[in-house]
Amino acid sequence: MDFSHAEALWILLLGSLLGLELIGKVPPTLHTPLMSGANAVSGITMLAALSLIIKAGDKLPLLVMGSISLGFALFNVIGGFLVTDRMLAMFSRKPIRRKGNGS
Amino acid sequence: MNSAILKYAIDLLAVLLLSLGIKGLSKVRSAREANRLAAVAIALAVVGVLVDSLGGSGVSFNAWIWIILGTVVGGCLGLWTAQKVPMTSMPETVALFNGCGGMSSLLVSMGVVLYLGDGDLDQLNKDLVVNLSIVISVFVGAITFSGSIVAMAKLQGWLSTPVWTQSKLRHAVNISFVVLALVGAIELSFGGQSGLWLLVIGSGLLGIGVTLPIGGADMPVVISLLNSYSGVAAAAAGFVVESQLLIVAGAMVGAAGLILTQVMCKGMNRSLLSVLFGGALGAVSSASATSTSEYTNITSCSVEECALTIEAAERVVVVPGYGLAVAQAQHTLREVTRVLEAGGITVSYAIHPVAGRMPGHMNVLLAEADVPYEQLKEMDVVNPEFPATDVVLVLGANDVVNPQAKNDPESPLYGMPVLDVYEARTVFVIKRGMSAGYSGIKNDLFDLSNTSMVFGDAKKVLGDLLVELKELGVGRKG
Repeated sequence: MDFSHAEALWILLLGSLLGLELIGKVPPTLHTPLMSGANAVSGITMLAALSLIIKAGDKLPLLVMGSISLGFALFNVIGGFLVTDRMLAMFSRKPIRRKGNGS
Repeated sequence: MNSAILKYAIDLLAVLLLSLGIKGLSKVRSAREANRLAAVAIALAVVGVLVDSLGGSGVSFNAWIWIILGTVVGGCLGLWTAQKVPMTSMPETVALFNGCGGMSSLLVSMGVVLYLGDGDLDQLNKDLVVNLSIVISVFVGAITFSGSIVAMAKLQGWLSTPVWTQSKLRHAVNISFVVLALVGAIELSFGGQSGLWLLVIGSGLLGIGVTLPIGGADMPVVISLLNSYSGVAAAAAGFVVESQLLIVAGAMVGAAGLILTQVMCKGMNRSLLSVLFGGALGAVSSASATSTSEYTNITSCSVEECALTIEAAERVVVVPGYGLAVAQAQHTLREVTRVLEAGGITVSYAIHPVAGRMPGHMNVLLAEADVPYEQLKEMDVVNPEFPATDVVLVLGANDVVNPQAKNDPESPLYGMPVLDVYEARTVFVIKRGMSAGYSGIKNDLFDLSNTSMVFGDAKKVLGDLLVELKELGVGRKG
């Protein structure tokens, strides 16, 4: 299962199409959370930082750079998901309230 | 070999969860779980990388130290920021996170070029795809970072739009940055490491140069576009470190960002090109600044008058805007509307697609104040209802209710879909002063005879209004 660039280009193409299809219709309410969530996912570049550190061996500058990169990415991932959750928590609270009012 | 198979299984599962997560995020009911699903997918992906390395050459003690260091620092800062930041400054926060994602991709590629053994580098330079990916991830990563930081600073009000960026000069400046980056990219491709710095500096400056002239009204589009860029940067980094998972995820985010950008452009009836290269709307009007301050027929009224009119109304529509977010008045607004509803007055909220600084900004804000979801109405739904509306309360919105967009072909706003609030019987505009909206354009609405201005901070005015309404006995049971 080696990495081939031809295959990788196909993956790029199919991934893009998948992304286009997945979020075809979004109610405006969810635009900000969706943007924020997608933004958190883009922090997946932390995988690149991680493999950079692992492959670095004992090259100190590379270790430092990888570590900083990992920090930036994790800031994006953790902050992004938490902020999205905070926003969405405000939407999911309401149906319960409404049931309470209705009964 | 076993660990490699395990890694692929984990990666596939992560991609599946990620897709389900992004899909779920586009539906209100499943959004929260979907967000968690996506988070789990990322965690799985990390496990995948570790499993792969542990099965292969292993992870050295040194590497562990730096991994833990980066994780702890970045993670804690993210945790702290996410909890600390107020709901009203979400757009800035997303811009900041986004910039950091771009920075991460940039650093990885720089690290690969600068320090990943000389032997490896020669090999790298022979491969067109890898070469191109390095250039792309550095280029896009740097633009994403500097652009996002500028966008954040502008939204926070730390940066204003410098005048020179509105002249044609900026195109020349930006083109020179592109040339700088291009020269760097070519030099880098032929193995010159100094080209890397040229590329980084050129693209970084380009990010600033492109974002700086863009007016606040267009900022949502820019943030969404930059969000898309950070996906592209991640996908390119995926080519550099040979990770299929990174390519898939990056491509998905890139596509998602593009769709959102398109939706937003449609909402403003502007093309992406005019947003990016047209400069700020306000710049056009500053040329005709003479007419900007000429209001001829302003009616100002007190909170008491406003309360009396509202008391007699049957249908009230609230038009929230960025000013509401700034004044943090959403909870006071909700109290006022609760009183109105108790008094048998129908209340709804008209949400312009680009109200606030981000699509959905107002929805988030009002949801925080417990406004029922069904009361929020989109522009197409609410516009035909305005002629049958007694009172419209415009709270901190400006450009999105400007009739100029419909009536004045000369106006820079012309063609932008707006809320037709002027068709209502009475319009109250709650505003701190006569200053122009974010576009810097005079609002003809204020001059109309059925419009009254209530001057003051939104939160204070709504608080006073609440007191007045209660004194009038609105909403009192029995």
